[in-house]
Amino acid sequence: MAAVGVAGTDQYNFDIVRKFTIMALVWGAVGMLVGVYIASELAWPFLNFDIPYITFGRLRPVHTGAVIFGFGGSALFATSYYVVQRTCQARLFGDGMASFTFWGWQAVIVLAAISYVLGYSQGREYAEMEWPIDLLIEVVWVTYLLVFVGTIMKRKQPHIYVANWFYLSFILATALLHTFNNLAVPVSLFTLKSYSLFAGTQDAMTQWWYGHNAVGFFLTAAFLGMMYYFVPKQAGRPIYSYRLSIVHFWALSFLYMWVGAHHLHWTALPDWTSTLAATFSIMLLLPSWGGMINGIMTLSGAWDKLRTDPIMRFMIVALSFYGMSTFEGPMMSLKDVNALSHYTDWTVGHVHSGALGWVAMISFGSLYHLIPKLWDTRMYSEKLINLHFWLATIGTLLYITAMWISGIMQGLMWRAFDDFGNLQYSFAESVAAMHPYYAMRAIGGMFFLTGMLLMVFNAFMTIRQANAQGARLEVSPAKAAA
Amino acid sequence: MEWLHWFSKDENTKPLALLIFFIVFCLILIYVFGSKKRGERLESHKDIPFLDEDSDTKEAK
Repeated sequence: MAAVGVAGTDQYNFDIVRKFTIMALVWGAVGMLVGVYIASELAWPFLNFDIPYITFGRLRPVHTGAVIFGFGGSALFATSYYVVQRTCQARLFGDGMASFTFWGWQAVIVLAAISYVLGYSQGREYAEMEWPIDLLIEVVWVTYLLVFVGTIMKRKQPHIYVANWFYLSFILATALLHTFNNLAVPVSLFTLKSYSLFAGTQDAMTQWWYGHNAVGFFLTAAFLGMMYYFVPKQAGRPIYSYRLSIVHFWALSFLYMWVGAHHLHWTALPDWTSTLAATFSIMLLLPSWGGMINGIMTLSGAWDKLRTDPIMRFMIVALSFYGMSTFEGPMMSLKDVNALSHYTDWTVGHVHSGALGWVAMISFGSLYHLIPKLWDTRMYSEKLINLHFWLATIGTLLYITAMWISGIMQGLMWRAFDDFGNLQYSFAESVAAMHPYYAMRAIGGMFFLTGMLLMVFNAFMTIRQANAQGARLEVSPAKAAA
Repeated sequence: MEWLHWFSKDENTKPLALLIFFIVFCLILIYVFGSKKRGERLESHKDIPFLDEDSDTKEAK
């Protein structure tokens, strides 16, 4: 962490932002590599090699944990610490606490990954961590809240910029979700296993209240915070409508909390709960598209930047994918559509159009904007950013197209009857039919991973270049004095 | 305390909740778009990311 920006460490704490930025890149590469491997396992099962530690069931949460919490989480820590300082014009509150959030969060990701490989899991999607790790998350997260709120409280700018509202709602909502979804009684003090406080349908309901709001607040609201700062900064012009961003914030925050039950259509869940969730999911389309339009229209009058600036291209394509997946989501929440789509690969494709197209792309754009500022230099290669953009876009399209075809085909095969009322296809036949699309998905993932590795290389060379420039500046005055 | 039982019935609380939420939403819309002067003040906040340009490392170069 040798290089220091012109703003320096006196005015702002950029050291913590640099650390999280580096770890976002590391976890992005690791998580996507594991993702490609497990996608390949599904297409070519010999890759399991009969080794229990690397089977799909154990590596899948390693992948989701590394990309969501490792890559996405570290990118959010980095950008939120950066944005809150710059827009409040105040140094981060509590350097020591901020440092604790870094080491604590990295420990969470590593411990979780090790426990999954060894076969320890709560069996709750995106919350597989066993109770001791849950407690560590709780402590880290409360510290994060204190650092963030503390910085806002000592701001020099009277108004709290809207990006910080989104970040704060993400921190608060995640604290609530994590706490209530993980209420459990340990079997004993020296075991990793625990009993959930909830049972049966209530347990499923709590899990999907958590699961969908993890999407809503961790993977959407927080990255919208990123969007509201970095899109205007990269475009060099303010957000299209600040008033629209206010309506966007309140409507999104309010509506998301109700929609989790759409993951449990056609189950033991009461029908009215299901209908309520579907209704709110449809209503969510309005704020989601309002936000997307607000982001894209920021470029109004400067569309030429899309031709010349690959970072801007990342951001606008991210917003386009955000719009597309927030249209697809409400559609899939309709009970009749869900009857076809649920439990199929369509859901996996939908998640990845959001995760790769929106979350990862807006993070790439923001980090490409951020890295030169943090190390006070220029990116090593703009051509590599451009190449990364195309690899990421092609990879995402290959992935989601494969999953659409595979998912809809699965759904149709599972519900097909012959003239005598028997199921027309066995389950194994539907698995065999999916094979080419699983291979296509793995190839799409390889494109995306290659782009990520290019970014790691580009960032590494940028930091090295900055360090070399810093060393030259230090040597020159000494030579002059001699 | 008999009147509290009114709230225990879904057919009462559902439309009540709808009414409350809809009114709050309308109030937010009126607050945000209802006054030109307030609108201008709110829109002025969009420049906040550009206010500390001097200390922005790239621009400062």
